[in-house]
Amino acid sequence: MIVLPWYRQDGLFSGASALFQGFGGNAWLLPGVVLALASAGLSLQPGWRKGTAAMVLVVASMALLVGQGFAVGLNGPNWPGIVAHFPAAAEGQTGLGWGGFIAGLALLGLLSELLAARGFCRGERFASGAVVIIVALLVLFVFFPILKLGSAAFISPDGGFALVEFWGRLSAPELWRLNCFQGTGRCGVVINTVILGTLAALLSTLLGLALAMLVARTNFRLKRTLRAISILPIITPPFVVGVAIIVLFGRTGVLTQLGADIFDVRPTRWVYGLPGILMAQVLAFAPVTFLVLLGTLEAINPTLEEASTTLGARPMKTFRTVTWPLLRPGLAAAFLLAFIESLADFGNPLVLGGGYEVLSTKIFFAVVGARYDLGNAATLAMILLSLTLVAFWLQMRWLGNKSYVTVTGKSDAGLAAPVPQVIKVAAIALIVPWVAFTIGVYLIVVGGGFVTDVGRLDLSPTFSHIVTAFSFEFGENGLRLYGSAWDSMITTLWVSAIAAPLTTVIGILTAWLVARQDFAGKKAFEFGTMLSFAIPGTVVGVSYVAAFNVPPVDITGTMAILVICFMFRNMPVGMRAGMAALSQIDRSMEEASQTMGAGGLATLRNVVLPLIRPAIFTALVYSFVTAMTAVSAVIFLVSARHNMATAYIMGRVENGEYALAIAYSAVLMLVMIVCVVLIQFVVGQRRLGRRKELQGAGPAPAE
Amino acid sequence: MSDTAIEFVNVIKRYGSAVAVDDISFSIAKGELVTFLGPSGCGKTTSLRLIAGLELPSEGQVLIGGRDVSRDPASERNVGMVFQSYALFPHMNVLDNVSYGPVIRGGNKAEAQAKAREILEQVGLAGLQARLPSELSGGQQQRVAVARAIVQQPEVLLFDEPLSNVDAKLRRKVRAEIRDLQRRFGLTAVYVTHDQEEALAVSDRIVVMQAGRIAQIGTPQDLYDRPATPFVADFIGDANLIDGTVRGGHFRAADLELVLAGDDGPATVSIRPERITLQTGGPSKVLSATYLGSRTEYVIETGAGELLVSRPISEPAMPSGSAVSLHIAPGDLTRVR
Repeated sequence: MIVLPWYRQDGLFSGASALFQGFGGNAWLLPGVVLALASAGLSLQPGWRKGTAAMVLVVASMALLVGQGFAVGLNGPNWPGIVAHFPAAAEGQTGLGWGGFIAGLALLGLLSELLAARGFCRGERFASGAVVIIVALLVLFVFFPILKLGSAAFISPDGGFALVEFWGRLSAPELWRLNCFQGTGRCGVVINTVILGTLAALLSTLLGLALAMLVARTNFRLKRTLRAISILPIITPPFVVGVAIIVLFGRTGVLTQLGADIFDVRPTRWVYGLPGILMAQVLAFAPVTFLVLLGTLEAINPTLEEASTTLGARPMKTFRTVTWPLLRPGLAAAFLLAFIESLADFGNPLVLGGGYEVLSTKIFFAVVGARYDLGNAATLAMILLSLTLVAFWLQMRWLGNKSYVTVTGKSDAGLAAPVPQVIKVAAIALIVPWVAFTIGVYLIVVGGGFVTDVGRLDLSPTFSHIVTAFSFEFGENGLRLYGSAWDSMITTLWVSAIAAPLTTVIGILTAWLVARQDFAGKKAFEFGTMLSFAIPGTVVGVSYVAAFNVPPVDITGTMAILVICFMFRNMPVGMRAGMAALSQIDRSMEEASQTMGAGGLATLRNVVLPLIRPAIFTALVYSFVTAMTAVSAVIFLVSARHNMATAYIMGRVENGEYALAIAYSAVLMLVMIVCVVLIQFVVGQRRLGRRKELQGAGPAPAE
Repeated sequence: MSDTAIEFVNVIKRYGSAVAVDDISFSIAKGELVTFLGPSGCGKTTSLRLIAGLELPSEGQVLIGGRDVSRDPASERNVGMVFQSYALFPHMNVLDNVSYGPVIRGGNKAEAQAKAREILEQVGLAGLQARLPSELSGGQQQRVAVARAIVQQPEVLLFDEPLSNVDAKLRRKVRAEIRDLQRRFGLTAVYVTHDQEEALAVSDRIVVMQAGRIAQIGTPQDLYDRPATPFVADFIGDANLIDGTVRGGHFRAADLELVLAGDDGPATVSIRPERITLQTGGPSKVLSATYLGSRTEYVIETGAGELLVSRPISEPAMPSGSAVSLHIAPGDLTRVR
């Protein structure tokens, strides 16, 4: 406050402190400084933690800090009347710098101490601090942007409050028209989105079910291959599948040409639009539904099916009356998950959409380029968000009330009933084209970058694309990177490498707080973290643009915003992994640590973390891989200085440079695999003889 | 005040709308072993956790050694706790487990380990220091857990159902070991169990809890001989509870009439099964006779209802169906309501 620069400057430590600024004209900073100093002074007194005075002071300083930030914008005050008291406010202020940041952090720290002294988190100071800081971060980077976006929907282009305009945008026929059902042209964007989501979810659930059945309940020989193939889409940048589909089925695509030569089918552009997007999405989401349904199938206690058989039911009857009802909640969950993913998908509709517009792409086009219309983008984003939240809410309800998980601590005697023959055959019939298709797509991805022009069927081998993207030489000045892709590649690696550990830290920490601490408002806290997962990437992107383009937190165009974006988008996955691992670990081990004098941090470091290593690994890998492959949110946030690989590839695709895009994607996937192996090497997966040890006691062999 | 180790003053613990501990007050003297006894859900474990600091009271004060610790987290109290599951750290060997506390509390590692070795020797585990918990037997794990809890000379040692993971056969031995250790180190201990026999065997005093409240506090003999409520009478040992009325120094229930001083009015009395003697011939009938090795248990039908009677095997057996008369000495009857 006194020393560090209050405002964001170009240099790290240049610029004046709040104290200096306060006397130098920006007088509105002074009350905050005084109060914060008073809080700091009070905290030196013994016994300050239990007093009321400290609480009042800290809360007041925070209110002032936040209040001044919003009251005075970049170009002057946001509310009239401020100028009357502080003339200098008319000139406005820029975003917060280090000083402001540290002051905020210090105040949060004080607040958490005070709360802990009042019994928050059972008086555990570290936990209390972690809750306060995570809540502050969530508010700043999840809720604030969404609220800001929501308010942007009501603001007209010239800055006024415009309810009428909002209604106009909301009820626009281009959103809601139903023409496609009447055969008179295209439907509205919202209708398109819902149709696509429903179809994609339906098909991928079906495919996922077939896969899960084959893997869990048959002796199908290619099980391992199926599992392996189903992992691939997770490390594939989402739009790569779209590009491969164009290369296969586009007007000059490989298969289209083949069809034209052999069957004399005239090449068309049929793949652009619903069929293409649908294909790409089903390919991408089937593994997700597969994993959900595999979990459900494996959780069904086989003795239930055996009971049905001993009661005289034939396999088909058993399947219909026992297995299927038990599967239903899983099916619903898988369907809704795929639906949400489809709504959020941005890359495939952009690449394959043609004239078929969905909300996520429409939002993008409303913000980029000359038609910058934040109000419209915000309205669309709000619609998309509502759709997603409804699906999300349905999913939570469904899982909350209807999940008959039949796994118990007791060992399940009995073998899982094999599925009836009819279903097995049907499943295989569904799977075979999918596998063939997947293999085709990945052949393109692997091979496409090394032929002259895969898009126009010029298959002569070449390294020219790789050279264009990644050429380098060792000169007098050391390594020099000429390739056009190096910049984005290096930024991507940096951002992912910074974001992954941070995401893991915040995710695992949150998991620990939710699973192990008791504090007022825990339910809301948990819901808030899950919410940040449910918000589609496109919406996050737009909301960050809306919120962080202006003071007090002005960070667009920096690398920080990319890192922060990934942190809060991927944190729920780390959290889920952490919570799953923690639920396997006897809580009394941590309590033992506490009674021996270890505080929250020491317990976490010495007891919890060593025991949940695998979850940390999962969280690290997931957040790293997602950061490398994500498109939807970052495409709004990249800048010329900090471009990301995916955004760069997207640009190449839009220019029709498929070969370069594919070559880069292949390299990206390779880099990811190398990095995952590296992470595994560093974190390790040393597991201490599972089960009996994780429970702390259990029957141990006598000597 | 100086010899009070733990004191609860009107402590209430709520979870949402459920009340786990409902306004309880008591104090425990230094060097005493007090047991919280009661059925599951009676609030005994919550009370223990309130002492440990693993839960903080919603209202009221918890004092340890005269100091109000109501708002202090577990890590800032000087308590040792032995958990039901032992809660040994599976990724640390025995020595690291036991020296964990001293190291965390800022001790020098070598000193901490020396201290840990000394304690391990005292509990008879010298030579197993390098083992992982999974390489120990159940009884050994239990001793590591105890060693870990006492290594820091805590003001209070807490046991949360420490015998529930021990073989039935071993229990008697382990329970004696715990009692011996507690006396040897002069520790104040609080012990939670739902097993009344265990409670009677180890405790100086027992706090019987029911639905979040204290039903009775007393020595094992107090509770057995003079239960204050029907619940206590029934929970500790077996009891025949008979409803009737008191008038003029006599308790009457149907054809039963016994000398009992006290105020006139409706009353419930408790009679222990082994305090009733039987003689052949009389108004009552033997419904069943069960041979239990050391004694025979009879269910007798009387005018005042069915009564349980326990007789040593040295007395002649009464066959089921035979007519008997019951005799109860005046001092063997306790009014519980």
